[in-house]
Amino acid sequence: MNLTLKVWRQKNPSDKGGFKTYKVNDISEHMSFLEMMDVLNEQLAVAGEEPVHFDHDCREGICGSCSMYINGRAHGPQKLTATCQLHMRHFNDGETITIEPWRARAFPVVKDLVVDRSAFDRIIQSGGYVSVNTGGVPDANEIPVPKQIADEAFSSAECISCGACVAACKNASAMLFVSAKVSQLALLPQGKVERKSRVERMVAQMDIEGFGSCTNTGACTAECPKGISQENIARINREYYNAKFTSDNV
Amino acid sequence: MSWITQTFSSTIGRKLLVAASGLFLIIFLIGHVSGNFLLFKDDGGQAFNEYTQFMTTNQLVQVVRWLTYISILTHIIVTIILTIHNKKARPVGYAEAHPSANSTWSSRNMGLLGTLIAVFLVIHLGNFWYKMKVGEVPLVTYESEGTLRDLYSVVLFSFSNLWYVILYVVMMIFLALHLAHGFRSAFQTLGWRHKKYTPIIEKVGLAFAIIVPLLFAIMPVYIYIITR
Amino acid sequence: MKLDSKIPEGPLAEKWTKHKFNVKLVNPANKRKYEIIVVGTGLAGASAAASLAELGYNVKAFCFHDSPRRAHSIAAQGGINAAKNYQNDGDSVYRLFYDTIKGGDYRSREGNVYRLAEVSVNIIDQCVAQGVPFAREYGGLLDNRSFGGAQVSRTFYAKGQTGQQLLIGAYQALSRQVTNGKVKLYTRSEMLDLVMIDGEARGIITRNLITGKIERHGAHAVILASGGYGNVFYLSTNAMGSNATAAWRAHRRGALMANPCYTQIHPTCIPVSGSYQSKLTLMSESLRNDGRVWVPKTKELAERIRKGEITALDIKEEDRDYYLERRYPSFGNLVPRDVASRNAKYVCDEGRGVAPTGLAVYLDFADAIKRDGRDTIEARYGNLFEMYEKITGANPYEVPMMIYPAVHYTMGGLWVDYNLMTNIPGLYALGEANFSDHGANRLGASALMQGLADGYFVIPYTLGDYIAGKPNTKTDINHPAFEEAEKGIRDMISKLLSIKGKRTVDDFHRELGHIMWEYCGMSRNAEGLKKARGMVRALREEFWKDVNVGGSSDELNMSLEKASRVADFLELGELMIVDALHREESCGGHFREEYQTEEGEALRNDDEFSYVAAWEFKGTNQDEVLHKEELVFENVKLTQRSYK
Repeated sequence: MNLTLKVWRQKNPSDKGGFKTYKVNDISEHMSFLEMMDVLNEQLAVAGEEPVHFDHDCREGICGSCSMYINGRAHGPQKLTATCQLHMRHFNDGETITIEPWRARAFPVVKDLVVDRSAFDRIIQSGGYVSVNTGGVPDANEIPVPKQIADEAFSSAECISCGACVAACKNASAMLFVSAKVSQLALLPQGKVERKSRVERMVAQMDIEGFGSCTNTGACTAECPKGISQENIARINREYYNAKFTSDNV
Repeated sequence: MSWITQTFSSTIGRKLLVAASGLFLIIFLIGHVSGNFLLFKDDGGQAFNEYTQFMTTNQLVQVVRWLTYISILTHIIVTIILTIHNKKARPVGYAEAHPSANSTWSSRNMGLLGTLIAVFLVIHLGNFWYKMKVGEVPLVTYESEGTLRDLYSVVLFSFSNLWYVILYVVMMIFLALHLAHGFRSAFQTLGWRHKKYTPIIEKVGLAFAIIVPLLFAIMPVYIYIITR
Repeated sequence: MKLDSKIPEGPLAEKWTKHKFNVKLVNPANKRKYEIIVVGTGLAGASAAASLAELGYNVKAFCFHDSPRRAHSIAAQGGINAAKNYQNDGDSVYRLFYDTIKGGDYRSREGNVYRLAEVSVNIIDQCVAQGVPFAREYGGLLDNRSFGGAQVSRTFYAKGQTGQQLLIGAYQALSRQVTNGKVKLYTRSEMLDLVMIDGEARGIITRNLITGKIERHGAHAVILASGGYGNVFYLSTNAMGSNATAAWRAHRRGALMANPCYTQIHPTCIPVSGSYQSKLTLMSESLRNDGRVWVPKTKELAERIRKGEITALDIKEEDRDYYLERRYPSFGNLVPRDVASRNAKYVCDEGRGVAPTGLAVYLDFADAIKRDGRDTIEARYGNLFEMYEKITGANPYEVPMMIYPAVHYTMGGLWVDYNLMTNIPGLYALGEANFSDHGANRLGASALMQGLADGYFVIPYTLGDYIAGKPNTKTDINHPAFEEAEKGIRDMISKLLSIKGKRTVDDFHRELGHIMWEYCGMSRNAEGLKKARGMVRALREEFWKDVNVGGSSDELNMSLEKASRVADFLELGELMIVDALHREESCGGHFREEYQTEEGEALRNDDEFSYVAAWEFKGTNQDEVLHKEELVFENVKLTQRSYK
């Protein structure tokens, strides 16, 4: 198939940036979206132009690097699918595809479609862990965890930290990301010890980073490649009030 | 006490204020709609005026009244603060966006709906509440109850105007949309989510969002018809 | 050069305990005076950086990703082995040790492998304490599953995302140390050279991938945990960014590269669909528990399938060749990875492959669905089937899957001793970057185990032994060695940018991959390897004359990053070929066509090749020098594998 691509090009963070239109021909429907972008980049390189920069790595939907806003949707039109797993059979011959970077104050554009998502790392650094050192831990089977709880914690832990939730949210809120981590650790007995200070610190950092607030539109879950549930957001709210009103941190 | 300011200056803490005030206003709507039901009573407005009298004099009701004022103001002020914050969170928007694929229109336009409702509130309060307070309301005397202020006649007068009736009906559609998202959203924000109860809350919320504004909308229509 | 593996004396089971007692310790108050560099933040790197920081060392952690959590350990699906014997099915540290040695076709060190099995149990405890949500049974205890190459259930897992969950656990531990100020994180930073002062590793040169700035970082020891080199094949299950640069540049500085020809080819991957293909996706090996592998009996039928005239469903039962079941009646479809892979290649070479490329075989679930019902199969493999459909657009419940082998893991790597130190004092290699524990073939669910064993439980002990004897004076980054290394990197970058040739980096990489896959892939022979060596050399020469790298060096420039990595692959590829050519036997992931049994199975030559081949770099375009470390087996008896 032949396609027209409207791609956001921006040389560096201070550049104003703008759309450029490219044509790519003979795209196979079996290609992944990123392979189609590879074709474009080969084409640009041969023509002596700079290739379109975009983040990508594992190309199997798990590392969370890829981050494109395709035709008005985070990760494109397929549900539960990261950009790298999106295939060209979901597009039509002759179609114009608009490709933009994630847009959020907390995710500044680095170049073209590459954004800086280190805000997520800083949120985890603020408390998204269990404070245990290596060694000296109890036997793995010492504390039984009900299967249902373990499964629930797992489904929260499935988050790949791609930032589609922020990109899709009209408020650029990071609540789904933060709540997934808070939930995973609040559910498990190992994480319960620090649950109050953890949620307090992570929410404070989330606000410092400049993400918006949650208005429960559910767009995040709908666009999340891992389908992280809204349940997590309810839980972080609960955890937060509980912490704020009952913890000893004045 | 810095923890209090800290809590309520965080996004989640602010959302708590929005949800709590919203839920209170939902309860207020139940009271409001049930009281106003007396408009349908075919007694020349006596029951309605008696109810009005009760509402303006009872001590407990006065407390609730002030809570309602506070709720309305909190709901408005905090959502304005959050909306400004949210707008700042995305300084550069998308050239192409299809949010309808992932969320409902009403959930994304609560600010717009809320603003319209706020405008409506000004008109509505000016119409009835202001008149009640400042006292341009005529008096009426009943044998059993003595002289009361006749708000009923004010209502009749207002809703004999077709434009008013249309305004109210349209505004109730906006209220319905606002409630369709707001009801369940308030529970979500408060963290009240449970596999067993959330489906019930969502159904009740939807029913509430349809029934309450519908009942409100019927009132002006009904009065318009009876005053013809 | 004499290679000393430093395996402690004494009985196998006591070696590690004894060694831990004998290593020198660093006083807690002194640890904070030392700086340690860790390159890579996958399972090995993140766990090492976190654990060392917890001990008190000042750690600088580097990764080329935007976040440490994106390292490719994240993509491991199946699970992690540990000799917990929670299932009461006869597992033990010794059994895990034995399975790993045997699985590696007797080409790994007994001492290292035993230690790996020994600390495996601690890993699970550690991960659970971190909040890793492993699968559990209804009673609340941990669940296990069985995996290829083992007769016990010892694999711990978190659905199909074990790697992601373990990595996030390590990443969180690392993040905690960032907050504690003990780890300084350098993301989007790529190590481009190792700096040695007086023969010791004292720092690295990096490029900030965003600004292009070349930076010097000094330390008292350097730990490489930069992963494997599977991407030398261009197409592999590795991530797009996975590269050998850190390890290779250390090799160029004198670190020996051991057994580079040992490559693991995974039999169940989604086949290549066209020349644009950028990477291959693995489908869990567990599929072979229920799927039956077949191709048409005749070339003619296969030809008609390839042309699209008929489909798999049109092939009658008697026209199907379930070749694994036919050739290996007792193991059937469950033969080890290398055997399954090689047989797929054979039938495709005979012209019986399916898919338009001719490079695919069927993995058929029709019988399983008939036997157990669709629901049962869906419960077992639902997510895999979905993934398959997402990528190929075909529904495996209705038509047989198509699979083909793909490069998955590299057992070879930097030579290290028992302390995980390379032959360069102060330079360590952990995880897939070293060669140490898997011999010639790695068992399923053992990569995660090794990465975490190295990072959490080995390096925190062995590093102290080296550091204890060193002065804590700060490394001088203005030392001439840093000057020289930085200049070398700057020159290389300018050279790459100045060639302005006609061929793109990907074009070269793709061609290298073709050569490697064709001649140094699933099966190899002397003639082909010799030819390939010439081809790789010629390609490398052409690369330095005709590569086209656009953009500049002082900005985010992904073509430049790729070019610098491919330049290393072009050298490493040749060494792999040289190693494969010299190893005149077949073992594990290395199959030489000249050395096979009458039934076509791998034929080891224990008398002549029971050693680690460690290669020393002698200069660009010069032959590398082989050093041998003899493998001593005191506890296991070497046998020929048989799966008939």
